[in-house]
Amino acid sequence: MDESQQNQEQEAEATGLRRPLDVHHGDHPSPAVKGAEQKPKAAREAIFRLEDVMVSYSSKPAVRNVSFDIGQNEITALIGPSGCGKTTLIRCLNRMNDLIPSAKVEGQVLYHGQDLYAADVDAVEVRKRIGMVFQKPNPFPKSIYDNIAFGPRVLRMKGDMDEIVERALVRAALWDEVKDRLKTNAFGMSGGQQQRLCIARCLAVAPDVILMDEPCSALDPISTGKIEDLMLELKQDFSIVIVTHNMQQAARVSDKTAFFTVELGEDEHRTGRVVEFDDTEKIFTNPSDPRTEAYVTGKVG
Amino acid sequence: MSAHGEAVATPAEAVGRPTPSRRVKDLAFRVALLGCIGLAFLMLGVLLWDVVSDGIDRLNFDFITSFASTSADQAGIEGALMGTIWLMGVCAFFIIPVGVATAIYLEEYADNTRWYNRLIEVNIQNLAAVPSIVYGILGLAFLVRGPLSLGPVVLAGGLTLGLLVLPVVIIAGREAIRAVPPSIREGSMALGATQWQTIWRQVLPAAIPGIATGVILALSRAIGETAPLIVIGTPVFVAFNPDGLDSSFTAMPIQIFDWISRPSNDVNNYLPLAAAGILLLMIVLLCMNAVAIWLRNRYEQKW
Repeated sequence: MDESQQNQEQEAEATGLRRPLDVHHGDHPSPAVKGAEQKPKAAREAIFRLEDVMVSYSSKPAVRNVSFDIGQNEITALIGPSGCGKTTLIRCLNRMNDLIPSAKVEGQVLYHGQDLYAADVDAVEVRKRIGMVFQKPNPFPKSIYDNIAFGPRVLRMKGDMDEIVERALVRAALWDEVKDRLKTNAFGMSGGQQQRLCIARCLAVAPDVILMDEPCSALDPISTGKIEDLMLELKQDFSIVIVTHNMQQAARVSDKTAFFTVELGEDEHRTGRVVEFDDTEKIFTNPSDPRTEAYVTGKVG
Repeated sequence: MSAHGEAVATPAEAVGRPTPSRRVKDLAFRVALLGCIGLAFLMLGVLLWDVVSDGIDRLNFDFITSFASTSADQAGIEGALMGTIWLMGVCAFFIIPVGVATAIYLEEYADNTRWYNRLIEVNIQNLAAVPSIVYGILGLAFLVRGPLSLGPVVLAGGLTLGLLVLPVVIIAGREAIRAVPPSIREGSMALGATQWQTIWRQVLPAAIPGIATGVILALSRAIGETAPLIVIGTPVFVAFNPDGLDSSFTAMPIQIFDWISRPSNDVNNYLPLAAAGILLLMIVLLCMNAVAIWLRNRYEQKW
């Protein structure tokens, strides 16, 4: 018990460190901390631990009873019908719900053992380590170069900016397509390219976790395929949480899946909750809960 | 025969024709609208023609470089022109930082449920509609006399006009900031930027065209305001250019007003002077608006 507590504390301290982009992520699956033991890839410990999380807007619960772990270097998918709180929950993980004044988060969200919502935790620091890609691509009205460079500049990252930008674009499988027009406006790209730009922008600040809220729902199938391939490649160095409406996408890319559903309360108010959380293969081939089975077999939408 | 086996009507009967009275009403409405536009343009045209015909001869280089004089032939508008330019400078230096900062506070930081923020908002809407002479009284009581006691100098005149048009800048600034999509702010915050970094590096640059338009609109209004300047005690006859913020001054609207109110006779005909002054004022205004349109087109964002 002592040793794991010690590890947890070292993990918590590790979150206070900045990882520069020129550290090769491929060699170290966990943050490089002096003295911490290397975690073997097989034993994936939790990077997030959610315990009975509930989110309410203006005192009306939007999602409740969320308790599961998100593993390191895994892709965790949140699936379920519309309106069951998947987006609300994923926004809790990087404290984006702070931007909504009427939102209140209860329960525990632990990141590397540290309570994300503790009073002394700075939301800005949280977002440096936990990045987000949104449903509709939202490039800034600047050049492609300035889009990627915005994060590193604002966070005062050290290093050659040209190199940082190139590395992020290479990582996001966009470099070849835009290397000749880095100074042109980002809006001149197609939807799929813009979304990969947003992913590159997120990668440039070297986060630990990438949250993706339905990243492909506004894109054509070819772009969707490219981004799915990208996700599988990125999971070697990052932990990814993805919200998706597309069940087949969840089945294709994710390691673990959480199935959400919506329940009707006494006052006709709809609240989302997690029904089942398990390995993706199990959820799709042999789910434990009948509601899960009804959803993944398409009987219920 | 159609696919369902019934007889199909011929095209002429399949789609009904509009009744004659509906077409007449449609046409009448269009004529009425065009008539209104025509009337407005006609009135504007008559006014312009009147001023141009009176003043165009007098509008020359001598006019711009001569000072006021009791002799109508030698009088010029230079003192008033430079006074106006100084006033606009002071006004702009005041309204741009204060107006933009207020707009940022109201849009990005203020919590609308607090009573004092709602009070500020209501106040600004009201202040935009207060008659300009009231601002003159305000300037006289607090700037020219009273606590600041600046006297009727350029700084006092510029600040009075600035207070008058500040609501215009605030309202335009708020609209411009509001027009920046929330997705840009979210994208910036999600990268780990603070709220101020997001405002300074994303929101404000995107809002500059709207803010610039607001500033030019404000200055366009300020340039023609006469009543507040009269109340704060701006002299009419000034035969020099202002040489500092604490210098006495006059302004073009006041000079024009003075020329109009003098009786004209054969020796001194002030009417062409006044008309030329009006023309010059309109030219300066058009130039300022041209700058606004150029700025707006150059930085326009297409989301």
